[in-house]
Amino acid sequence: MSINWELVWSSLGPLLTGAIFGTIPLALASFSLGLLLALVVALMRLSRNRLVSAVARTYISVIRGTPLLVQLFVIFYGLPSVGITISPWPSAIIAFSLNVGGYAAEVIRAAILSVPKGQWEAGHTIGMSRRQTLVRIILPQAARVSVPPLSNTFISLVKDTSLASLILVTELFRVAQQVAAFSQEFMLLYLEAAVIYWVICLVLASGQSALEKRLDRYVAH
Amino acid sequence: MSPTEPQPSDVTVPDEPLLTVTGLRKSFGHHVVLKSIDLEVRRGEVVTLIGPSGSGKTTVLRCLNGLEVPDAGVAEFAGELTVDFATPVAKKQVLALRDRSAMVFQHYNLFPHKTVLENVIEGPVQVQKRPKADAIQEARDLLARVGLTGKENSYPFELSGGQQQRVGIVRALALRPQLLLFDEPTSALDPELVGEVLAVIKELADEGWTMVVVTHELAFARQVADEVIFMDGGVVVERGHPDTVLRDPREERTRQFVDRLLNPF
Repeated sequence: MSINWELVWSSLGPLLTGAIFGTIPLALASFSLGLLLALVVALMRLSRNRLVSAVARTYISVIRGTPLLVQLFVIFYGLPSVGITISPWPSAIIAFSLNVGGYAAEVIRAAILSVPKGQWEAGHTIGMSRRQTLVRIILPQAARVSVPPLSNTFISLVKDTSLASLILVTELFRVAQQVAAFSQEFMLLYLEAAVIYWVICLVLASGQSALEKRLDRYVAH
Repeated sequence: MSPTEPQPSDVTVPDEPLLTVTGLRKSFGHHVVLKSIDLEVRRGEVVTLIGPSGSGKTTVLRCLNGLEVPDAGVAEFAGELTVDFATPVAKKQVLALRDRSAMVFQHYNLFPHKTVLENVIEGPVQVQKRPKADAIQEARDLLARVGLTGKENSYPFELSGGQQQRVGIVRALALRPQLLLFDEPTSALDPELVGEVLAVIKELADEGWTMVVVTHELAFARQVADEVIFMDGGVVVERGHPDTVLRDPREERTRQFVDRLLNPF
């Protein structure tokens, strides 16, 4: 099999454009919103109020128990039948944020629980309220613990954004499909797309190490 | 002593009771930890609580600092604050009680993500809203007094256990409490580090700080305490001057406990 280098080269521009203006902003926006949501859900889940906790548990269960593709389709193709029409980009961001919110909530909850009880007590004895202790003492320590698993969530999300091609969002994989259909070079284009995803994830993984190193400065090695 | 430094409880009126606790009762589920504890701490006085593990002595301290809410009992602080733990409002009043004391933990419980200086000023700046520059100056002075000059920017993991506990003590002092509570402050330390922490506590006692100390260090109790309270099974078995309680106790249980600590083999 000979490689059509000319096509590799000429398709690189459109594919990278798809990554830079589709995949990456989609992942960043969804992850940011998803993390905020996850923090709220994690705190709800930890709440002593049983109803609040049950709502959070149900949400997490639904998100984790149903396929992302189905969630995406319900929002984009399903909701119009009840009169709610959302265009491709917002649909994708909503679906991915909700998804991250469910998975990351469990990560954040576990990270909060991993901080020793004595830290809460130390915060209380110097006069801090629950909220102050949470924000100033507990969450910074939980952040360190949650970086590796949250990085996993983020990396998964970057790859999952390819599903947005199925609801007409112009991102990396949708561009690859279009060029492949036009040139009939399926193997080449899909492998090229795969390499670009891989490179993005490599960059993210190195960002993860840098962040871990920074947050580890106060921990014995 | 400069006016910015925390003042130990007023030593000119040593006989005035600072804290009076009566009928303190606490259970966890069906397990009764404190059956009915009475306690009086006078200004400038050092009270030590001794007793076997599970006797409830740590729970007494935790109740005084509001880390546990007792089921019953009354605490009166300096004649200006009375908390009846049996009432529903007690939960809020417990916070007022907490404001007047500061706790030093067995396992230090320093904030690992903050430097020594940040650990010390966290309460004064974030909770008491004192000016940051003042809090830093006071923290530096206090750290110097316990021999930790130069460690301001270290993280807790970079310090020995003895140094960490001294930071724990400074963090408590920086709150300018009226009452210091020590929960087995040397129990987690390597034996060779116990002395440096006890020396700091003794110095504070000599300066006139009022304190309640839960400890297994009988020699320390004998030297520093004004009153020793021996607890067992959630009740006070014996209390009195350290020379009496530790050398010539009236109660058989006290005698056995003291003997076992002095002659472990």
